[in-house]
This record gives sequence, structure tokens and C-alpha cells, in this order.
Amino acid sequence: MDGGDRKTAASGAPDTAGTPGLSDVPGASGAPGWVKSARQLERERLRRRRSIRSGSVATVSTLLVIVLLVWGVAGSPGWPRVRETFFNPEQFVKALPDVLDGFLLNVKIFLIAEPLVLVVGLLVALVRNLRAPVFFPLRALAVAYTDVFRGVPTILVIYLVGFGLPALDLQGVPTDLVTLGVIALTLSYGAYVAEVFRAGIDSVHPSQRAAARSLGLSHGMTMRHVVLPQAVRRVAPPLLNDFVSLQKDTALVATIGPLEALRQAQIHAASTFNYTPYLVGALLFILLTIPLARFTDYLAARSQQRRGQ
Amino acid sequence: MSLLTIEGVWKNYHGHSVLRGIDLSVEAHEVVCLIGASGSGKSTLLRCVNLLETVDDGTIHLDGKEITDVRVDADDVRKRMGIVFQAFNLFPHMTVLDNITLAPRKVHKVGREQAEHQARELLERFGLADKAASYPDRLSGGQQQRAAIIRAMATRPRLMLLDEVTSALDPALVTEVLSVIRELKEGGMTMILTTHEMGFCREIADTVCFLDDGVLLERGTPEQVFTDPRQPRTREFLRSVLDARRI
Repeated sequence: MDGGDRKTAASGAPDTAGTPGLSDVPGASGAPGWVKSARQLERERLRRRRSIRSGSVATVSTLLVIVLLVWGVAGSPGWPRVRETFFNPEQFVKALPDVLDGFLLNVKIFLIAEPLVLVVGLLVALVRNLRAPVFFPLRALAVAYTDVFRGVPTILVIYLVGFGLPALDLQGVPTDLVTLGVIALTLSYGAYVAEVFRAGIDSVHPSQRAAARSLGLSHGMTMRHVVLPQAVRRVAPPLLNDFVSLQKDTALVATIGPLEALRQAQIHAASTFNYTPYLVGALLFILLTIPLARFTDYLAARSQQRRGQ
Repeated sequence: MSLLTIEGVWKNYHGHSVLRGIDLSVEAHEVVCLIGASGSGKSTLLRCVNLLETVDDGTIHLDGKEITDVRVDADDVRKRMGIVFQAFNLFPHMTVLDNITLAPRKVHKVGREQAEHQARELLERFGLADKAASYPDRLSGGQQQRAAIIRAMATRPRLMLLDEVTSALDPALVTEVLSVIRELKEGGMTMILTTHEMGFCREIADTVCFLDDGVLLERGTPEQVFTDPRQPRTREFLRSVLDARRI
């Protein structure tokens, strides 16, 4: 068995036509020289046909599920009343401007709270990573902070901050309800995000730290230039997940009074005994969270792809 | 009939062809050694045979059946092949024994007792009997690679693919892995291996293939390829390897 058994049958690839053993190598022409063989064209046709088939199976089964769901809900005995109270187009149009107006406040709360959460979370995570004994009090404080604010339900934190802080009558403590809401959300979510950051920092292999320290970088420089860039990239998807959660939890601020989307919907519902305004609020929140959720998916897919290469 | 027949295989990445019309057939019990510079397509060819990559053209037949057919179940094909990687890829959360018995038990539905019995026999044969209960991170590189070879062997494959299995090992550990491969050859295993160990290649191969930039340039017995290469490119490559050895 020497090089003589090259088979060119059924293969239109230009390379295989050459005789082995000659110095003018066939195929040296490179990628552009590739001409798909009949075999490959047939294979690609087959692949296309299969993907069309599995695509149509998916479409049909999806439609079937939707039809069944609609049929099941619309066929229920209480459906006419539910439709009247939750899906009233007239009420929908009437409530939309007010709820949308309130929703802009939600967006504002979210946009202010989010960077604050990032800062608090990162600081707490960094403090928890300090190893020197002098920092023990700081470290203990950080641990206590995460333990407390991860343990207490967000709605309770909002109550405590919203009604407790102003009651202290201290100079300089804000009394504006929106500001208090932002503070409460930041405290609550800062604890979660701190843990996410800490997990990311811990996931960077110790050899990376060793390499950085061996070059003479200080602990701070190592964190700033070597560990954090890798850690943040790794935890971006769970971080964004927490932000999606924060976006909708801005509605909890309604409990202490600001006229945001949920509160506006409540006011409308209370005067008409129709719950369609809640649906308006729900739709607005979905519209806000979906882009961020897709962005999260995109980041996850990208890092997956990078690792695959 | 050849055990494995590769015909006109092309593989492209981002408009660049890594394999450019490879033809190669491997008989049962034959040991084929692929040599060539890094990036010449040796590893890609092995990955194509294991269906870890889909070929962009051409066909591969195993036991006379085309495995590059779109309708073929890749898992079914891989059941009949073993592949060993440069970086071992042992599962770190399992003991050596569990690493070896995973595929026989879950894929081939062998009972736990029988699977473990067979695994212990293999461990005994390759001198790792005392490491059955150890986790991979407690083993030396050579031991890990031997465990990885045993793991690939445990499903009784028709064909073994070894992808630079000694490249990640320090020289002192290379010999123990090579002796395992030697033992596989004596057992009649059909193998395709890529390696940078030219001396070992010359000793163990029945056929040596030289790949250059995605083309199978030269193919012959070790004697012929190493002492009287026909292609100038082969001569050049062998000379550069020898030079590197001398330094």
C-alpha cells in the first residue's frame, strides 16, 4: 500500500486528480481552488431538506401548543368575566397614558439604581477579598452587609428604609420617597451583586494572580488589571440577570407611595374595579426586560463560542 | 476491504482550507502515523474521522459504511472509535475507575460489576491498578494520559485515534505512555496517531504519512519516508526536526 491508491472516483475536488510523487503539488492553489464535488452538493441538499423538515415540525408543534392553550383558556367557564376585567380595550386605552407616565419613573429609578448597585457590589466584593488582618473590621462589615440584605425580602427593606430613615429626623437624610426607594433597592441588590462579583473574582485561577504579583504588581494593580477584567467578563450574564430582576422590582417602590407604573395602575383599578391597567403595567415591564434578556443571551452565546474555538 | 477509507476530504475554516482533498485508507491492525508541522492539518483530520468536525467535502467510510452521511448518527459511529487528546481531558470530578467505566455503563449498557471488572483488568495490564480510586489531579501527567488511553480502550473500539498524546508530557513521562501504545499495537489495535516523536513513529508505524498545508504529500513505510523521502518538502521537514533535536 503506497501512495498509489488515491481514488478520484466521485470526487470533483481538483486536488485528487494529481499523481502523487510529483513535486508540483496538486492543491497548492489554496482555498479558492476548492470546487464542491457532486457528493458534497448532494450532502448539502440533504442537509437543507432536513433542516426544512425539522423547522416545519417545530412550527406545527408550536402552533398546536398555542391553539391548545388558547382553547383551554378561552373555553373555561369564567373566561367572559376575566376578559371583561383584564382585557378591556377601552380601559386599556384610558389607563395607558397614566401608567406610561408612571413607568417613566420606574425607568428613572432603574437607571439611577443600576450604576449604584454596581459600585456597591464591586466595593463589597473587593473588601471581602482583602486578606490582610488589619482589614478585619471592614471585612466583617461586608460579610454582615451581604448576610443581612440578602436575607431580608426586598419589600421589607423598602418599608424599613422608606419609613424608618425619615423618622430618624436626622440632618441631611433625604425624605424624597423616590430617593429612599433607590437607596433601598441599591442596598438590597448591592448584596446580590457583591456575591456575583465575588464568585467571578474567585473563579480566576490563582496562577493568574501569581503571574501578576511575580511581575511586581501590587494587590490593587493585580485586581485592577488582571483579575477583574477576567472576572467581570465571566459574570456578565448573571449580572445582567440581576439587572432584569432589578428592573421589575422597581415596582416594589410603589408600596411607599411614589406614583410609578404599578401605583398608577392601582389608582385606575381602584376607581373602575377593572384590572386592565395592571395588564398595561405588565406589558410595559415585559417590553423593558426583553431587550436586556436577549442581550444576556447574546453575551452568553458569544462567550460560549469563544471557548469553543 | 479497508477498515477506514478517507476520500477527497476537505475542511475549511473562515475561507482557509485546513484539509485539501485528503485520501487515505487504513487496513485492520495497521498503525498509521501522521507527521507534519503544526497547522498542517493532522489533528483536524483525526477530528474529522471522529466526526468532531463535519467535513466540507469528500467521504469517510468505516467498515465499508459511510460515516460522513448526513443521516448517520454520530454517537453511533463514535461508539466504535476511541480518541485520546493531547490534554488528557479526564473528568476531574470522577475517580479513574469511574472515568473508565462511564461509557461502558451508560452507552454500552454494561453492568457496573462487569464494567468495573474489565476496567480493573485494563488498569492492571497498563500498570495503574493502584490508581483506580484516585482522582485525576492526584496522578502524574503520564499516569493521566495512560488512564485516558484506557478510558478510550474500555469500549473495545475498532479504531483508536491518538492526537499528540505525549506532547503535554515532560520527557521522563513520555516513555511510559509510548509503551502503552506499543502494547496496543501488539494487541492488534488499528491506530491512527499524530506525533512529534519521530523515533517512536519510525519504530511503531506500518505506514507514515507526511501532511503539508492540508495536503497528504507523501506516504510510505517508515523506512522509505525517513531514509529516502521522495518529496523535497518532506526532506525539509525531517531535516528541521533533526536540527531541533540536535540543539
